[in-house]
Amino acid sequence: MTINFGQASRRLMYVLCLLGTIGFVGFASAVFVEERLDDPVKEERVRDIAEGIRCLVCQNQSILDSNAGLARDLRAIVRERILAGDTDDQVQNYLVSRYGDWVLLNPPFKMRTLVLWLSPMLVLLFGGFLVVRFLRRKSAAPTENSVSRPLTDAEKKTFDQLMAEDDGERGRS
Amino acid sequence: MKLSFMAPVITFAGIAGVMFYALFYLDPKEIPSELLDKKSPVFALEAVPGYGENLSSENLKEGKITLLNVFASWCVACLAEHPTLMELSRQGKIDIYGLNYKDTPDAAAKWLRRNGSPYARTGMDLKGRVGIDFGVYGVPETFIMGPDGTILDKIIGPITEKDLKNRILPRIDGGEG
Repeated sequence: MTINFGQASRRLMYVLCLLGTIGFVGFASAVFVEERLDDPVKEERVRDIAEGIRCLVCQNQSILDSNAGLARDLRAIVRERILAGDTDDQVQNYLVSRYGDWVLLNPPFKMRTLVLWLSPMLVLLFGGFLVVRFLRRKSAAPTENSVSRPLTDAEKKTFDQLMAEDDGERGRS
Repeated sequence: MKLSFMAPVITFAGIAGVMFYALFYLDPKEIPSELLDKKSPVFALEAVPGYGENLSSENLKEGKITLLNVFASWCVACLAEHPTLMELSRQGKIDIYGLNYKDTPDAAAKWLRRNGSPYARTGMDLKGRVGIDFGVYGVPETFIMGPDGTILDKIIGPITEKDLKNRILPRIDGGEG
């Protein structure tokens, strides 16, 4: 059986697809919580930390929004460390000492990451320098094609001719 | 100044070169271990029932190079490297210890019965905590342990022919005593 969608129902389909996509995106950022600390302040800290820890299996997700087994284990560890009275930094260090800086979604600023942090700024400065130089040169040095040169006799003649033709056409219409 | 119109082309070629290199020579799944050249984490685990003696961090510093292989019965890629490990163990040049990661005793024993065990010792890391201490983020992983329990190298994923030739064998043959 075939169904013929009219113009209107096709448009409705598009809207539904769009809404579905938005709904899906919203769903995708759901958090996985298998247990919850009794103290809401501590639970909040757990989630803040977990949000900044990279899941090593599904690399660009944080352990808070990944359902991989390792992410679950790491979440449990974060809860455990917080319950044991660790500060946020101590929990992060615990994970960094095992998995390296790479587990932090926000890379720390240090010698090894200097290039990472500074290169965008350098590129921006260099690009800005080129743009400024380009614009300066363009406005400062008039070239041969510059408008400031008076027309030659031949050019003037052609120009007058063109203007006259234009007037003629306008008069006709 | 004549060359300046080539600038975009040269820039593009540079970027393309870097990306080409990254595409074929860098593996985003291989995260360098933070633990290289550090001492093994302290642990003590019970053996998979019937397969070797218990495994603890003490066994990793008995004055010889050892392999610590992380495996699991649910790990398909482990089957790929299993023949390599069996062969190594048959040659008897190096002790291989098996860290059974997040498995059940029954399943692990059954897997070893079916595929054979290359392990001199095994340890069951039921909750995966020892694995996390070692920075394990997937199975299989293989640690090459120095005579004093230092982590010399870590092979991520199944041991390939190349890994065996370039990373394991030179250490066994050259690092005696």
